[in-house]
Amino acid sequence: MNFWNDPLKVAADWLLGIFTGWGMPEIAAQILIGFLGILLLITLLMVLDIFLVWIERKVVSRFQSRIGPNRVGPFGLIQPFADIIKLLIKEDITPTGADKVVYNLAPILSMMSVLILWAVVPLAPKMLGVDLNVGALYIIAAGAIGTLSIIMAGWSSNNKYALIGAFREVAVMLSFEIPMLTVLLIPTIFASSMGIGAITNAQEKTWFVFLAPLAALIFLIAAIAELGRAPFDMGEAESELIAGYNIEYSGMKFGMFYAGELLHAFTYGGFWAILFFGGYRFFGLEQVSAFLAIAVVLFKALVGYWVIMWIKYTLMRIRIDHMLAFNWKFLTPLAFVLLMVIAFMNALLADAPGWLYISGMFLANAVLTWVALEIARSASRREREKIEGVKQAVEAGHQ
Amino acid sequence: MNGEKIIFLLVALFTLVSALRVVTTGNLVHAALWLIATLFGVAVIFALLNAGFLAVVQVVVYIGAIAILFIFAVMLTRKDMRDQGPQLNKNWWFGALLAVVTFGGLFFLLQGWSGLSKTAADFPSGFDAVNELGIALTSPAAYVLPFEVASVLLVAALVGAVYVAFNRK
Repeated sequence: MNFWNDPLKVAADWLLGIFTGWGMPEIAAQILIGFLGILLLITLLMVLDIFLVWIERKVVSRFQSRIGPNRVGPFGLIQPFADIIKLLIKEDITPTGADKVVYNLAPILSMMSVLILWAVVPLAPKMLGVDLNVGALYIIAAGAIGTLSIIMAGWSSNNKYALIGAFREVAVMLSFEIPMLTVLLIPTIFASSMGIGAITNAQEKTWFVFLAPLAALIFLIAAIAELGRAPFDMGEAESELIAGYNIEYSGMKFGMFYAGELLHAFTYGGFWAILFFGGYRFFGLEQVSAFLAIAVVLFKALVGYWVIMWIKYTLMRIRIDHMLAFNWKFLTPLAFVLLMVIAFMNALLADAPGWLYISGMFLANAVLTWVALEIARSASRREREKIEGVKQAVEAGHQ
Repeated sequence: MNGEKIIFLLVALFTLVSALRVVTTGNLVHAALWLIATLFGVAVIFALLNAGFLAVVQVVVYIGAIAILFIFAVMLTRKDMRDQGPQLNKNWWFGALLAVVTFGGLFFLLQGWSGLSKTAADFPSGFDAVNELGIALTSPAAYVLPFEVASVLLVAALVGAVYVAFNRK
């Protein structure tokens, strides 16, 4: 066991030796080392978050044919630090009639709901905060705290735009939680465990995206809706609600919401990679060193984050009734059917050779996608004909 | 007194205080938020009892869905969030009596129960509680029938809710 394979274990043993050498009881030293580990992870994440601001701004400007921040430092790299200083020295305003405690608690909960997700992220073969045997459900539970923070922010601000924004955002989040939870059960079926570590280990031979591409797609859509990003950015539709649920927040409290959203997007990109694209696995690179494994998982998370940004800056906002109808009438039934088909195929092909299992699963997904799209197409054609008929009747009435 | 006991006592105190605040606070949304704190405390107690699945389900179902719907319902139906009227009605002494009698009865019963002073045995190594739960819920020898009956009941409730809310044109 050397440093390059399991750096955390080596560092923890070294620290334990130092602390017990100082005469500290072993259990206290263990707890202290645990806290130091959490502190290290959160610090690195927050530093990463600062650079995510830069990445987001650079990528959006490229999508919109602009250059983006390029004045402060090389490639504008120091811009986010200037932003942070600006946010910190801004006047901190609490609106009249705001519910102070709830108002101040909301940004903290928002950030917390993102950070606690990293407790179950496997960074390298042996680097995993906790290997919960209910990891897939834990993701949804952390999302529930995010939902709570939004409704707290919207209500306590004493502002009607904030409240409407929070209502719409929470309605979207609650609805899209259902296809997401259903789709999370599909890697669970393949890995026969809900633990995120076990799900990564089960992708040693085949990434789950080849077994269930439709599930990966549904997870991505539901994740974007959970994040409240375009095309599902109902909570902060600027042209309708000014800034949505965080309209009254200023300074670093707004910064917490903003940074939390960016880190959330990055985290969901990471979960997309971990659940469907093999996590830290990349042609045996993770066996070489734990640091390479971390680099691989961060790279895959960045690719997932880039896809989320790509969709955000390409598509337009969907109207809320269309969005909810899309979820309840299309995505949720599709996720349920997909879950049943995958469970059935899994039992049917349990003893089949590997190539048959993979191609059978892939074909089942393809057929189901085709059937779902055909149904959606005929339904939308009927809807369009109905509207056309109404239009013609109205025009006939005018003449 | 070991570490686990201290954590349990702190969590229990937190849960009880927030449960008390649910009924004493005058603001309806605050009451709902204190209820969430109470449910969170219960989830932590589940986690302390090695019931990780129940703890997570508690957060997903009660905090993520039910408590949020409480807040929605309160915000959509009430204009003023503050409850102006008195918080006790004339039957308060009966409620207090019932609570004291229930607490005393449970206390008396548990005093005589030998299981109270025992510490639970640790799980054998390699024991996956979620796996065992899944097998128990789907095996015909165990709880498949109650599980299916509960699912049918929930589907019936769902269909009923849709029927009641359905706007017939």
